[in-house]
Amino acid sequence: MIRILRFSTLFLLAAVISCSDTEDTDDGANTDSFDRGEMLQNWADNIIIPSFENFEGITQTLEEKTFAFTSDPSETTLNELRSAYEDGYLGFQTVSLFEIGEAEAINYRSNLNTYPLDAAGVDGKISTDDYNLELPSAYDEQGFPALDYLLNGLAETDTEIVEFYTSHENAEVYKNYLNDVSKRINALTNTVHSGWKDSFRDDFVSNTGSSSTGAVDRITNDYVLYYEKFVRSGKIGIPAGVFTGNPVPGAVEAYYSPSLSKDLYLKSLQTTQNFFNGRHFNGSQEGPGYDDYLDYLNSIKNGEDLSKLINSQFDIIRAHAEVLDNSFVSQVENNNNEMLAAYDELQQNVILLKVDMMQALSISVDYVDSDGD
Amino acid sequence: MNQKITSYFNEKTQAAPLAVFRVFFGFMMLASIIRFWLNGWIEKLYILPEFSFSYYGFEWVKPLGNFTYIIFLICGLSAFFVGIGYKYRLAIITFFISFTYIELMDKTTYLNHYYFISILSFLLIFLPANAYFSLDAKKNTGIAFQKIPRWCIDSIKLLLGIVYFYAGLAKINFDWLLKAMPLKIWLPSKYDLPFLGDLLQQEWVHYAFSWSGMLYDLLIPFLLLYRPTRLFAFVMVVIFHVLTRVLFPIGMFPYIMIVSAIIFFDPGIHHKILEKISRLFGIVKARFDNGRALNYLSNKRKFLLSFLSLFFIVQLLLPWRYLLYPGELFWTEEGFRFSWRVMLMEKAGYAQFKVVDGETGKRFYVDNSDFLTPFQEKQMSTQPDFILQYAHYLADHFKKDGHENIEIYVESYVALNGRQSAPYIDPNVNLLEEKDSFKHKTFTLPFHDQIKGL
Repeated sequence: MIRILRFSTLFLLAAVISCSDTEDTDDGANTDSFDRGEMLQNWADNIIIPSFENFEGITQTLEEKTFAFTSDPSETTLNELRSAYEDGYLGFQTVSLFEIGEAEAINYRSNLNTYPLDAAGVDGKISTDDYNLELPSAYDEQGFPALDYLLNGLAETDTEIVEFYTSHENAEVYKNYLNDVSKRINALTNTVHSGWKDSFRDDFVSNTGSSSTGAVDRITNDYVLYYEKFVRSGKIGIPAGVFTGNPVPGAVEAYYSPSLSKDLYLKSLQTTQNFFNGRHFNGSQEGPGYDDYLDYLNSIKNGEDLSKLINSQFDIIRAHAEVLDNSFVSQVENNNNEMLAAYDELQQNVILLKVDMMQALSISVDYVDSDGD
Repeated sequence: MNQKITSYFNEKTQAAPLAVFRVFFGFMMLASIIRFWLNGWIEKLYILPEFSFSYYGFEWVKPLGNFTYIIFLICGLSAFFVGIGYKYRLAIITFFISFTYIELMDKTTYLNHYYFISILSFLLIFLPANAYFSLDAKKNTGIAFQKIPRWCIDSIKLLLGIVYFYAGLAKINFDWLLKAMPLKIWLPSKYDLPFLGDLLQQEWVHYAFSWSGMLYDLLIPFLLLYRPTRLFAFVMVVIFHVLTRVLFPIGMFPYIMIVSAIIFFDPGIHHKILEKISRLFGIVKARFDNGRALNYLSNKRKFLLSFLSLFFIVQLLLPWRYLLYPGELFWTEEGFRFSWRVMLMEKAGYAQFKVVDGETGKRFYVDNSDFLTPFQEKQMSTQPDFILQYAHYLADHFKKDGHENIEIYVESYVALNGRQSAPYIDPNVNLLEEKDSFKHKTFTLPFHDQIKGL
């Protein structure tokens, strides 16, 4: 009976405590809890915003180089623009993960990188000079895949490609279309970056709640989704025919400049791993990230060292990428088995992230009632 | 002894507690249905999914497209009629059937407390809950009784007692008591609760919650039955369920349990509750206080008592059926449902299905989100019977798409109570060669750990 009374006192205490809603939790006195606000701050201030800042500079250059090319189309300006396109595509891999806030509102990722491109659609729109890149139906007719096509895919040789912008009957439309695609990439990037600078940064950092609308919850869902759908499936699985049975070279990212495809993959992989470890953009310094959060939670439950397992799997994945051809197009055409093997390695981390990490963080995929007591 | 039993079954008591229970039950069910509807869950859980997971033997129970709303409408209306006690027998039967139909449509949404509602409403079909304070009793004084056999009320107490006690027994296991799992995962994630948030990071709190939860479940039926501890027990019930409501997304259930526990109190309190209600709605309560006692005809009584005995024997035995299966219950989940095992597991999984052409060896993976909602996928990936049913569904789908010689394999991983994820289903078994049944599913891989306990 005494025991029961003791337990009931605990309950009473807990209930009284839980009713005192006015208590302020942000007094910084909770020294032995993991500070999620600090993690969000690290993500926002040291990773996400610097990534967008850097990328906005790149898309600005991209736009300038595009104008330079279209005002004076030559093989020289074409090659300069190509290099800006490559920087841009690589830079995009450092921000694509963060489809949250303004990026989510404007479908940033879909606008900038829906592939495979609808090349026939682009051809058709240019020949009729009738296009509107703002339509959702135009996702697969713009962004980096469109640049790729317009700079690398129109013809075999550079001379022939330049002719599309000089002597072709629709040369003016080609130039306009190219300009518009670059302008839109730059403008949308500006929108997202400004969104972070204006108010979203503070909203994000202060949204430390544990509900499904809390920032940690939201970005974790985004993170796992990005890794599963856009890295594993988009860059490797779909081209390797994992979901269809046959390799699909046309589904390789940067299909018209395929020697770029592996670098894009590696860059996105690096971004995902760095975010996991809270590593600062363009630096080797690390702040709080999933690794520290998992270590903290594991200090409570004494289970497997999940952060280590996930990091070593990331390392295995990158090591395996060494054997892949720089061009995933030739990789899937010549030796798709290595591509399938890459998929299997990526898959191991889907399990660790989506099953083990999500469970450890107690973040649910969807909200409905669960069982009561 | 025999005489004691006979005299027990002849004992009469006030009908008021059962009437209060009926009123609260009816209106809480109505509120539940409305809440479910307003949350958009009818559409989300039953209309949007293109595939639903059936219970074995109930494959014919399916969502009916937009007519599903009609079932909920019927269910809500019948709950209202139960509440006011109008055409009670018809209303409670309709409620039982419509509610159970809803629950059988898709086992993805299985919750112990939905099952509890189903069997409770089934029990209520056989009880004279409209004998007092009901429209029926007002209209037809022939069926109005102030007193009813005591066992009528005790049977509800017994059912409540079984739910609590078995939930307590199920908590006597290694993970719950000695590892404080899964509370160790769940509680720290509630870090943003005012003040409590920090406390929930403490390991001793996880153990305190685990142990007190177990003791609470085991003892509360007895503390409620025993008059000197009754009030204290009821306060505990309120605190406990409010606390679980604060900590976990468990909907209406805590309120239903709190209100149900009122039945343990003496009739005096129930008369007071009914007086309050009467004053509020201008009901003449005195008309029901007719002093008449309900006596069943001996044949009817014999039938009722034997039937209810059978019902309770099944209730007492069903939770133990897991003993008939080999393997770890939490892992295989064979005998897990319908046995009051609540909050015992944090289980997450991942299942990747592979469609193989048996002749050419050509293969491809399935994107589960093409067929399942995220919630369905979550439930499917940790339960063998879901996985099997889904595999057969996929085969039918791809057959229609023109694929031939289909074989279906699954690569799946499950993490249980904080253990690292491990392979779950044998990846070398063509699931199309397996059929669902109550037999042990041999394609589930063994669990490489042991969770000792009941």
